Amino acid sequence: MTNTYDAIVIGGGHNGLTTAAYLAKAGRKVLVLERRHLVGGAAVSEQIYPGFTYTVCSYVVSLLRPEVIRDLQLAKHGLHILPLDSAFVPMHDDYFAYWSDPASTREEIRRHAARDADAYSEFNNLMYLIGYAVKPILGMLPPDLTKPTLDDARHLLDLRQHLVGLGEKNFYALYKLMTASVADFVDEWFETDVLKALVSINGIIGTMLGPRSPGTAYVLLHHYMGELDGAFTAWGFQKGGTGGVSNAIASAARSFGAEIRCNAPVSQVIVKGEQAVGVALENGEEIYARTIVSGLDPKLTFLKMLDPKILPTDLVDSIRKFKFRGSSGKVNLALDGLPKFTSMPDPRLLQGMIEICPSMDYVERAYDDAKYGDFSRRPYCDVLIPSMLDPGMAPPGQHVMSVFVQYAPYHLNGGWNPTQREAFGDSVVNAISEFAPNLKDLILHRQVLSPWDLEQEFGLTEGNIFQGELTLDQLFFLRPAPGYARYRTPIRNYYQCGSGTHPGGGITAGPGRLAALEILKDGKQKLYTDFTDKHGWFWIEARWRGSREASGLQGPPTPIEDFESV
Amino acid sequence: MPRQTPFYSRTAALCESQSWLEWSGFFSANQYELTHTHEYYAIRTAAALLDVSPLYKYHIHGRDAQRLLNRVVTRDVNKCVVGQALYTPWCDNEGKVIDDGTIARLDENLFRLTAADSTLRWLEDNALGLDVKVEDVSDALAALALQGPCSRDILSQITNDPLQNLKYYRLTQTTLASIPVTLSRTGFTGDLGYEIWIEPQHAEKVWDALMEVGERYRLRAAGNLALDMARIEAGLLLVAVDFNSSRKVMFDIQKSTPYELGLGWTVKLDKDRFIGQATLKREMQSGPAWATVGLEIQLPGLEAIHREFGMPLQLPDRAWSSVVPVLAGGRQIGKATSGTWSPILKKYIALARVKPSHAKPGTRVWMEVTVEAHRKYAEAVVVKTPFFEPERKRA
Repeated sequence: MTNTYDAIVIGGGHNGLTTAAYLAKAGRKVLVLERRHLVGGAAVSEQIYPGFTYTVCSYVVSLLRPEVIRDLQLAKHGLHILPLDSAFVPMHDDYFAYWSDPASTREEIRRHAARDADAYSEFNNLMYLIGYAVKPILGMLPPDLTKPTLDDARHLLDLRQHLVGLGEKNFYALYKLMTASVADFVDEWFETDVLKALVSINGIIGTMLGPRSPGTAYVLLHHYMGELDGAFTAWGFQKGGTGGVSNAIASAARSFGAEIRCNAPVSQVIVKGEQAVGVALENGEEIYARTIVSGLDPKLTFLKMLDPKILPTDLVDSIRKFKFRGSSGKVNLALDGLPKFTSMPDPRLLQGMIEICPSMDYVERAYDDAKYGDFSRRPYCDVLIPSMLDPGMAPPGQHVMSVFVQYAPYHLNGGWNPTQREAFGDSVVNAISEFAPNLKDLILHRQVLSPWDLEQEFGLTEGNIFQGELTLDQLFFLRPAPGYARYRTPIRNYYQCGSGTHPGGGITAGPGRLAALEILKDGKQKLYTDFTDKHGWFWIEARWRGSREASGLQGPPTPIEDFESV
Repeated sequence: MPRQTPFYSRTAALCESQSWLEWSGFFSANQYELTHTHEYYAIRTAAALLDVSPLYKYHIHGRDAQRLLNRVVTRDVNKCVVGQALYTPWCDNEGKVIDDGTIARLDENLFRLTAADSTLRWLEDNALGLDVKVEDVSDALAALALQGPCSRDILSQITNDPLQNLKYYRLTQTTLASIPVTLSRTGFTGDLGYEIWIEPQHAEKVWDALMEVGERYRLRAAGNLALDMARIEAGLLLVAVDFNSSRKVMFDIQKSTPYELGLGWTVKLDKDRFIGQATLKREMQSGPAWATVGLEIQLPGLEAIHREFGMPLQLPDRAWSSVVPVLAGGRQIGKATSGTWSPILKKYIALARVKPSHAKPGTRVWMEVTVEAHRKYAEAVVVKTPFFEPERKRA
């Protein structure tokens, strides 16, 4: 039996599903092939222990692009994001609480240092303004600086316009964010150590760097670019776990006619004469399509799905040097009741984030362990009790706890094995138990995922949750490699759409959407391509106009429109 | 959860409406009865007692206290003698208003600054190199406003000091019912009135003493709704309503200079260097972009608009603070930022920011009103503020 499709998407992660949905919406016949038994990639919810649903890897949502929510009508398909509006940092004799209402937060900061309360609202204003200026990048096609087109020039001009709009003072603050360590950056603002630790956490997540490492301030900014219901920088929790987001996108894709096959691992892309023509499954089956899209990370996309010998040497070199070096792990717990945090002043704080980062030194020390190849003996933990927000995730009175942990270096001294993994799990439970002594007695089941497990089970190279570090040297037109940031590859009809491409990791659906728009553009524009190479910008301009009319997409704005609407 | 002021046991017991507002982290009563009418009339005909403890309060002391304040605010603090208070705004380096408040000179080298927003960091950052200490005494001082024509008589019942000599914007250390307090002749109602600064442990005693002697003068506790009507009548601007703190908003269009707010009289350009001076000097020369004025909405016109819908004239039953467009010749020339029906003036009044070309008293403009969601424009006349200024305020 021979199957042919317009497009095959390798990997049913949320970005692969997004690309599939957009292509299907534009009328393409699309097939998604997922290796595991369920779609979602690193955004999955699973009942590992009966009756308890874990949000297995990713756990919060903020960066999901609003245009994707609109275009794919995700709310209709089950997107249901609950607000996560408090954060609690237990300390040994005290605590810090960030509340949903600004007045309570202000009073809480005043309790620690009155000056910081004044500074905090200004700090938030600054981050808001900079986020507002920089955010359009998330929805924008990275310019190709090796062969800039008129479009690229326009995009860069627009971006420049946006940055100029920041005003001089804020522009310099942006410069600092691009270069400084998050610790230095927050030091300029605050006195309260625990507040600084809490703010700086967003600078290290998913990164093999400590809060005092330069470059981490940018990662902080990345986390300030999210939005929820029009509120900037707000984070939320998908009902039922982040698998619900993937399922919503999958449901949208199916509603447009896309076909999704699970338990269908792809072994290689079939290339004929520098052109991708199909995929070979591990079971030997071959499926053909005009377009092949990989939602896998750059290493798998280029070096596993293809024979590296057919790729340009410099690309292979760039991909080999692309930094993955996973730094985090995940622990999921089924609990027989609620943990009791000794210093928690109000049980409502159990509905929000609980952050094990009592001081800046604590977090930096956690990194010190990892820097030399050990997992943190006292790690930073981003703790959430999802069943407090969605009671359906655990039996009544019982709970699930999601713990994101840093640091757990992929390159562990002696390597990862089941013994090391459980020792790591112990250190996580111990770290939380320091502040919630009854935790250990409540644990019914424990799932520990080291970076090695993330690689084995979820296909994330070196266990990097972002398909490659989110540092400035690996972003925008450098993600994943110079000249290949626009979702295309040297192999004709073979595209990339994973978090390893712009705008990067997190549940953004940004790469998936932008990749789909480029694929559709190419599909309609092939005829022009030879002309444009010969006849310069006039044809490029025509091509751009043509693409807008030809794409037939009602919803998705082109990157330029997107830019103006932000 | 908001905190309770030192008067909470008393205000909570009186607050039948259970209508509270969060004010700087504290519970603050909107109105005590289910209607605020009696409270408003108390301010204008008898006396009203308002808990203003949530105000931010700072003690600035040291050899350079005067220098620091003079550097921060627009008024000339050098001219403020011991026992005097000043109303003043303060600006950022671009001359945009951050906040406003009063400065009271308690001693040669001791001032008390009140502010709507927390100002500690701004004061400290500007105190670098000065011999001065800024102390946040917000929680160390409870504050009451006793406002209204009978306020002096009520106070006289429980103090031995003659209050006739305490002039407008002056203060004195005295005792009320044998409790030491600072008494200043200040307030936010534009009426005869006083503010009382008390150590929190004595707060309830002073409240009780005032309420007890006030009984005969029909004194009553008043909340934010009544105060809001009174302060509009007095032409007093409210931060975050009539203007925004430049530290709180992010975009230039949301910020204002003192000149634009009609506070030009508080800007002493010739005094020593102060924050925002250079830009304000330039603005003084070029003229501000906006003027703050009073509007009297003309009732015949408003009535006619209602008649179109078969309705009699409807007037707001409380002060509003939604920003509405103001037009002239069919084009927008400004916005009204708050307004109220003034029962005492029998006028519908509003505070507005308009283009200077339309700021002359007597100018006719049109303010947007909606009648059952139909957008209409009511004729209004530009007037000077305050709308209401009884002689007793200063007498």
